[in-house]
Amino acid sequence: MKLIVNGMEVAVVSPPLTPLLHVLRDELDITSPKAGCQQGGCGACSVLVDGEPRRSCLTPVAAVDGASITTVEGLGDRETLSPVQAAFHNHYAAQCGFCTPGMVIAATALIDRAGGPVARDEVIEALGGHYCRCTGYVKIVDAVMAASRGEVEPIEDVPVSVEGEPEVQPKGSPA
Amino acid sequence: MTVEALLPTSADEAASLYGDGAGVTVVGGGTILLPEIAEGREKPGRALMLHRAGLDTLRVDGERVVIGAMTPLAVLADAPDEVLASAARNIGDGEIRRSATVGGNIAAPAAADSHRGDLGAPLIALGARVRSTGTGGERMEPIEDYLAGDRAGRLVLEVEYDRFERRFGAAGLRRRHAHSYSIATVAVCARADGSDLRIGVSGIGPTAVRCRAVEQSRAAGDVLVDVDPVDDAVASAAYRRTVLPKLVGDALDQLERR
Repeated sequence: MKLIVNGMEVAVVSPPLTPLLHVLRDELDITSPKAGCQQGGCGACSVLVDGEPRRSCLTPVAAVDGASITTVEGLGDRETLSPVQAAFHNHYAAQCGFCTPGMVIAATALIDRAGGPVARDEVIEALGGHYCRCTGYVKIVDAVMAASRGEVEPIEDVPVSVEGEPEVQPKGSPA
Repeated sequence: MTVEALLPTSADEAASLYGDGAGVTVVGGGTILLPEIAEGREKPGRALMLHRAGLDTLRVDGERVVIGAMTPLAVLADAPDEVLASAARNIGDGEIRRSATVGGNIAAPAAADSHRGDLGAPLIALGARVRSTGTGGERMEPIEDYLAGDRAGRLVLEVEYDRFERRFGAAGLRRRHAHSYSIATVAVCARADGSDLRIGVSGIGPTAVRCRAVEQSRAAGDVLVDVDPVDDAVASAAYRRTVLPKLVGDALDQLERR
């Protein structure tokens, strides 16, 4: 089997019914999709399969053999966040961050499909299967709506990686 | 255990690989099966994966609508037929509906803690028929007969129903959660002149049930003649018995107004 993950073709050797989630995390070391409930109920594992958001924990890898998979790693990078990622940063839409990759993936698909500003109820419908246990929904929905309107401010406080320091640094309190 | 994946590229090949179904685990969209595997309740040896078997289209064939078993619920949710579309939109969320299939929704057995298969109610109301294969070969039967039979030995290929002008009503109770099954779902259809009333109820036990008593009497309270609700993790039988007549009454009222 093979997958095109974030634009790169990779061979996959996991057994055919392995959830795409575990292929990404365990075989390919792509850890943004989170193993939350592993029953499809939380949305933390969602990825784009040929551009459509799907629960990777519910997707047998053999069923998407040859498909194009996009995770948060394929959306932007530290210096050039995608519009949804930047809006999440601007609006403090990530608290603990566990649900964030799934939220960002679902929001990205929604905005791509709409091609313009989306209403609050459209965001709620599109993110309805995604749980935020920190209950930060208001800021998440605000961020998605802002991203859909193109209201993305430049990111000025992205931490710079220093040799020897951990790759990911805490951003600090919004206060 | 090593899983052997069977990947048929046509319905005929799928039927032949399925045989009598012994030792074969059918893989539709995976939304029900993969959590079962993750929890250790299912340990497939031979997995019949249907995603390339050409069973994934909804087509209008003259006076019939024919829905392949692998048609995603997302396709039903966007279909022009509001009876099925509104029912499909109440299942899971958009992401799950892209994976979940019509065949899986009606074929999956009930779980220990909850029923499954909320398309049963609208499909019964539409007078749908199920084409399946298995021991004794292919057969077509009314969906209520398929549901009442031994589903474990049948491979669903297609579901079809006749096209004619209908009035319909639907009512249900559910929690707003992508992975919670409904408490009770009622669907009612009749011809434009009010004749040929059909009522399906799902969410109340292991399978959806056709309510022939209400079809005859048109009295909502008669729903409990055909339906004997169960206790499960979603709701108590007593609660379901209390709300069902009200839901059937609501659905019948809608039918009168449409």
